Amino acid sequence: MFGFKNNSALNSDGAAALMKEPGESFKSYMRSYALLVVFLVMVIVLSIISPTFMTPKNIVNIFRQISINGILAVGMTFVIILGGIDLSIGSLCAIAGVTSAIMLERIPGISFVAIIAGVLACSFLGAVVGFIVSKFKIAPFIATLAMLTIARGLALVIAEGVPHTIKDPFYISLGNGYLWETSSPDQISIPTPVLIFVIVAAVSMIILYRTKFGRYVYAVGGNEQASRASGINVNKVKMMVFILNGTLCGIAGIVLAGRITSGQPSAATGYELDAIAAVIIGGASLTGGAGKISGTILGALIIGVLNNGLVLMGVSSYYQQIIRGVIIAAAVILDQRTKHIE
Amino acid sequence: MAEYVLQMKGVSKAFPGVKALDNVSLNIRPGEVHALMGENGAGKSTLMKILNGMYQPDGGEIIFNGEKVCITSPTEALKIGISMIYQELNPILDMTIAQNIFIGREPMQKNRLFIDDKRLYSDAKVLLEEFKMPLNPRWKMSKLSTAQKQMVEMIKAVSLNSKLIVMDEPTSSLTEEEVNTLFATIERLKKENVPIVYISHRMEEVFMICDTVSVLRDGQYIGTRPIGELDKNSLISMMVGRELKDIFPKTEVQTGETVLEVKSLSKKGVFNDISFKLQKGEILGLYGLVGAGRSEIMRAIFGLDSYSSGEIILNGKALKAKNTKQVIENGVSMVTEDRKELGLVLCRSLKENISLASLDDCSKGPFVKRKLENERCVNMTSKMRVKMSSLKQNAESLSGGNQQKIVLCKWLMKNPRILILDEPTRGIDVGAKAEIYQLMSTLASQGLAVIMISSELPEVIGMSDRILVVGEGKIKGEFAREDISQDDLLACALGGDK
Repeated sequence: MFGFKNNSALNSDGAAALMKEPGESFKSYMRSYALLVVFLVMVIVLSIISPTFMTPKNIVNIFRQISINGILAVGMTFVIILGGIDLSIGSLCAIAGVTSAIMLERIPGISFVAIIAGVLACSFLGAVVGFIVSKFKIAPFIATLAMLTIARGLALVIAEGVPHTIKDPFYISLGNGYLWETSSPDQISIPTPVLIFVIVAAVSMIILYRTKFGRYVYAVGGNEQASRASGINVNKVKMMVFILNGTLCGIAGIVLAGRITSGQPSAATGYELDAIAAVIIGGASLTGGAGKISGTILGALIIGVLNNGLVLMGVSSYYQQIIRGVIIAAAVILDQRTKHIE
Repeated sequence: MAEYVLQMKGVSKAFPGVKALDNVSLNIRPGEVHALMGENGAGKSTLMKILNGMYQPDGGEIIFNGEKVCITSPTEALKIGISMIYQELNPILDMTIAQNIFIGREPMQKNRLFIDDKRLYSDAKVLLEEFKMPLNPRWKMSKLSTAQKQMVEMIKAVSLNSKLIVMDEPTSSLTEEEVNTLFATIERLKKENVPIVYISHRMEEVFMICDTVSVLRDGQYIGTRPIGELDKNSLISMMVGRELKDIFPKTEVQTGETVLEVKSLSKKGVFNDISFKLQKGEILGLYGLVGAGRSEIMRAIFGLDSYSSGEIILNGKALKAKNTKQVIENGVSMVTEDRKELGLVLCRSLKENISLASLDDCSKGPFVKRKLENERCVNMTSKMRVKMSSLKQNAESLSGGNQQKIVLCKWLMKNPRILILDEPTRGIDVGAKAEIYQLMSTLASQGLAVIMISSELPEVIGMSDRILVVGEGKIKGEFAREDISQDDLLACALGGDK
């Protein structure tokens, strides 16, 4: 390796550490490890308690159930790393579904155009949030709280308050389809929403870890002033994060509408909470500057497995809510404690 | 009375991979001001954190007022009479002075439900008067200057019946005058026989107010001497283990063409009619008292703040830029005064910090060329002799001096033509200081134009080719290297109109 010829100042330890390939630092390794333990314990306990839990069909089911929250949580990861939060994502999902469903209702057959339009509508609303946050220096909590009710109202206006059925087979397949068809019910296949989630996660990882923009997101979230003093266009970074997040909301909204075969103005109400929970369980810091897509995926999986397990065990839905809250708090406490051990 | 208030004997502490303290001793007599000195990373903070109960020692014992004690938490330390006043204070700004002094032990009314405000304020008033502090106990903390906040912290420590007060870099953000007030307060404490452990990098202060000096180096106890037995050079050699002869390695440089010209730059109420030129290869010192407007001028040139009128001419072209990004692209870099606020993203890795300003140069389209980035960072950090274990460690894990080097790495990667340094050696140890001086000298001889803002006279005089003295937002005088004297500079800065 070059660059090591005249580094007498470095002790051998330092040099050895520098030569390590880019990978997980020990600290973050330990942290994701703790989460992984939580996840594995849950899986083991559930497979002992419930015989159906470990069946291939159920596993496919879990993945399909988490894919919408997963897509939203990936977008939320960007926002939280930036030091913000987005409460409007559920409403944006509804906008995407309603817009595309109505377009299809008026002009059948243009499913592709309608879907793109639905997604772009959300990108636009994300841009509006980004503009308010960066230009007027309004805290994202406030700006997105406003957008939460504005977008929900907008969805109701567009849909005139009623659900709009989707009949287009391509659109429906985005929510209900499989990667390949199976002939018998025993065979399994990968559901389309899972595929979309995987693509979204992979592209997001590339954006966050491999691009300048990704670096800037971490830097601005970690220290906005220092980032500005280093010549980063902070407003542009904020703007782009909210546009990206809006776009992912649009994608999630389309998958959801396809799954329930209708564009509903009241769809995805409260989805922001699950997305935020997944990101926080995944180890991101609400103060910004830290967080990982892999953590968020694990967070979404923990929530998904928990929901699925509680249903399989026949726990009443009232108790389900309590248990979910307790597990979320416990996971974050455990995560914090492992952080302190380091 | 016992000979020593505090004895720390053979204290050791290891962290994973580092022996932070190895068999360190510290003996404090009643009523003395005891300086604890050493380069950054020598183990001063670790020793004090053990005394404070934040860390538990691996070995050794602590004897406080003749009794062997085991301090398990800062609350415990406070209870037995050890108070710490940190570099960064954290008073509750929205509460009054009195409320801050008595926080957690407010005098209660007879019913034990409500705070007895009358007594709260009268008790606070008595304390403030005792220390001759012209402050109203009903003022909000946010109204006070840093020095005054520190004074209130000290009064709080005294009112807690502290038997030992530890002060960590108390003067690093104080003005000359405030320092004097602080020293007066320390003198008063001395009279009450309360010993003070005083941690500071400022030699002059240590010689001014301390009675005894203990020195640590690389986690080892080097020795304790009465201040009278030491001079500056012998103290430095105790700290670094070598003589630092050329602390200001300024080389003579033939300065070149003008790279920066500022023409009557003004900002209402902040600075007025600032004009100067900067040549290639020159180190221009900007001296003045804290609050004179030096940083504000440079921040305006760097595009961090706005200005109301005037002109900035960079490399012969008028600079129209209104934001920092454009100024940086025109070849200007600035190491800001506050590393933590403006210099570093503390929660991110060294590598990310170093390449932050120059990612454009090591990326292809939107993607970062990670191999190239890594190589460049490795090269830069080894050139700058940054003491670190890995480029992946967080910036906050480094000592002040090494953090400053990381900020310098960041800007040097940008290959600037003009480098602005705002208090580049504040709060960093002697060894790192010398390295930064050496670097400035080398860079200037390679043709870089440097502007150095500094409040330390020896530094300004030692390093600058030319010095501008700034006071009350105006340039008060200009001195060439040949005819600089400390007295003239200070007199000029203090505003003796000629």
